[in-house]
Amino acid sequence: VSQDTDVEQPTSPDAPPQVVRPDDPHLQEAVRDPRGAERSIAVVLALGVIGVAVFGAAYVQNWRPWSLGLSLGLGLFFLGFGLTAWGKYLMPQGPFTEARHALRSSRAEREAIAAALVERTGVVVKRRRVLAGLLGSGLGIFGIVALFPLLRSLGPLPGLTLTKTNWRRGSLLVDANGRAIHRDTLVPGGIVTVFPAGFENDDQAVAVDQTVLIRAGTTDLVTEKGRATWAPAGYVAYSKLCTHAGCPVGLYEKQLRLLVCPCHQSMFNIDDGAVPEFGPAPRPLPQLPLYIDRQGFLRAQAGYDQPVGPGYYERNTT
Amino acid sequence: MSTAPVRTKRQIKAARGPYGRVGQIVNELDDRFGLARGGRVFLDKIFPDHWSFMLGEIALYSFVVLVATGIFLTLYYVPSQTVSIYHGAYAPLRGQKVTAAYASTVDLSLSVRAGLLMRQMHHWAADIFVGAIVIHMARIFFTGAFRKPRELNWTIGITLLMLSLANGFIGYSLPDDLISGTGLRIMYSIVLSIPFVGTYLAFWLFGGNYPGTVIIPRLFIIHVLILPAIIAALIGAHLALLVRQKHTQFPGKGRSEDNVVGSPMYPTFMAKTTGYLFMITAVITVLGGIAQINPIWQFGQYQADKISYAVQPDWYMGWLDGALRIMPSWEFAGWGHTIPFVVFLPAVVFPGMIFTLCYAWPAIERKFTGDNEIHHLLDRPRDRPKRTAAGAAMIALMFTLLGASATDVLANFFQVSLNEVLWTFRILVFVVPIVVGVFTWRICLEMQGGGESIGRRKRAVVMIRTETGEYRTVETEPQPDDEKEELPPIPVPVRIEVGAEGGGGDGHQSGVRVVPR
Repeated sequence: VSQDTDVEQPTSPDAPPQVVRPDDPHLQEAVRDPRGAERSIAVVLALGVIGVAVFGAAYVQNWRPWSLGLSLGLGLFFLGFGLTAWGKYLMPQGPFTEARHALRSSRAEREAIAAALVERTGVVVKRRRVLAGLLGSGLGIFGIVALFPLLRSLGPLPGLTLTKTNWRRGSLLVDANGRAIHRDTLVPGGIVTVFPAGFENDDQAVAVDQTVLIRAGTTDLVTEKGRATWAPAGYVAYSKLCTHAGCPVGLYEKQLRLLVCPCHQSMFNIDDGAVPEFGPAPRPLPQLPLYIDRQGFLRAQAGYDQPVGPGYYERNTT
Repeated sequence: MSTAPVRTKRQIKAARGPYGRVGQIVNELDDRFGLARGGRVFLDKIFPDHWSFMLGEIALYSFVVLVATGIFLTLYYVPSQTVSIYHGAYAPLRGQKVTAAYASTVDLSLSVRAGLLMRQMHHWAADIFVGAIVIHMARIFFTGAFRKPRELNWTIGITLLMLSLANGFIGYSLPDDLISGTGLRIMYSIVLSIPFVGTYLAFWLFGGNYPGTVIIPRLFIIHVLILPAIIAALIGAHLALLVRQKHTQFPGKGRSEDNVVGSPMYPTFMAKTTGYLFMITAVITVLGGIAQINPIWQFGQYQADKISYAVQPDWYMGWLDGALRIMPSWEFAGWGHTIPFVVFLPAVVFPGMIFTLCYAWPAIERKFTGDNEIHHLLDRPRDRPKRTAAGAAMIALMFTLLGASATDVLANFFQVSLNEVLWTFRILVFVVPIVVGVFTWRICLEMQGGGESIGRRKRAVVMIRTETGEYRTVETEPQPDDEKEELPPIPVPVRIEVGAEGGGGDGHQSGVRVVPR
């Protein structure tokens, strides 16, 4: 017999084959009343057959999803339960044993493979260093070269796309339906999501331009030093992208005058330059400076003075 | 064995041997592939009979359900972000802007026969799959089954867990509904937060700035081809190593480092495990039929400027969401650069540390115990108090973080301030693992030495009332079953004696055929 470790041999080849009689307790069924057990299992399996058949009918008749799930589920459960009980109560119980042979080979075999690896490699590679070096450097360079274009073609380089929005000096504020926001559109306490006119249907632009406009009062609101003219007639606008993880800051607590991000509960005080009062957001929401034009429509004085949304390595705060 | 050309029927029958057609098939297969000996050994493969060995089977069989239901879903799902106006089966959605991914998911749920059942089964199976992996991993950990020689299989298992988490999250993102889209947005921000390379990785993955138009098709092919293929290959390797190295087993009568005791593959284990496959499928089917999960038609199409309240991922991502929530708002800004530690630490570094710890644990334990021996007999968790305490502390940490992912819901439900809930979790996340670890360690020490009663039936007690009105429990008389002894294990018999009447004319005495091995 060869040294074949793939095939375990529970008994030595020379040992007499194991023959047991049916009255060996290892082969006994686990129940005292096999007839009764067989009847019970038959009932369970019959229920399984009915369940699966009912599922077929339910599928053909296109009954409600719950009836499909219940009939198939119960059918499979009874089939499985019956089969498991069959295995547990009416099949040889053992316990049986199997020898566990050491996986390790003999010392000589280990040395033989180590020798083959070391010595053949030595013969092949050490004598042909130039060839091995050329092949190795070729494969190495190919690895690098293959990696870079592959990754590079998956998407553009970030460039300035993360820092720029479509808000410009004079951008007209419109809602999601393209309606311009007039100074009378919102009553105090009102809130609407706005976009620069012309970009409200561009999904890509909406993702970065989205701005929440709140009418915080009826008089000009100064949220911070140097922002004296930014919130005319109580209209204040902040980027809707949370500075934490980029969720839309979609909840407005009117009484507390807080913008709340539903994702991780960052809260921004709208009277205070949207400084985070609570939660993980590290920075205030950028504020969009507004003015009201001669017709009474809201426009942006300029774009955002900083990148909107969450932080990233290239973000330059200064 | 060479044979002359067979001509007559009698010769054909004789060539088949005493086992008729089955014997012939075996002969033909064995001629070509040499299957007989190995196949016989495989039928005799012994599976230890312990309930905790079935946990991995739950994972395996829910993967089977995932593949089956997933194939069904691919027949109807359209992986595209092309926007159109909805005209499908779901009336409230008609006239709205939808992507093909979202519309096809709604339609396969509501107008394809058994579509909703299949989709909900798929979702439930995913939740159960990850849960079963985690519980199976806990069993392996607490019983020391990862020790030499099984470190590689532990490593494969951790990798399978990570890939399952990833594929679960990706699958959850595919319907392009409002809740999953928000999760994807957070994932984008997490990738962005990685210093130096984050923006490049995010742009390569999403094909540009968020949301782009390629992420759903890319996630689709990752979800249905790339990751399932890797997972299936690793499951194959996991099981192949298990067969090669054989099962571990708990110590007990007749069990040693040199054998495996239990039920043979055929027929006992095969019957039980097939029945188990049916029952697991059944549970998932019933859940898919009656327990609604992820009703995306109620959430609506994902739009980058829309959001819903109580946004939560599937349970297995909850620990990451909880970590994100309770992290203080630290961000480094300077020299023209920003590092958002508030996202990078809890969502990238922390899970990296957790999984590195998992990968490294066998090596760590080997270093601390100096134990480089081969182990096939399992530990009882109480006998390894430090390991058990460490595992319990880790589980406590994970579930505290899972709780932290519900801060808003808890605050709402108990009518307490969100701030207090948040600070409670910030403290609990350190306190709970330490307390759980110390308690577990103490309990293990207390329980040690209580092993004499293993395998014996507990003596029943009866409560009696004395004449004075006092209640007392009294042990019952010993029963014969109390000392029930297992039989000593024997090798699976080569041949069962069938009695003289089964002998027939094949020349072997009393029906016993000698099968040399």
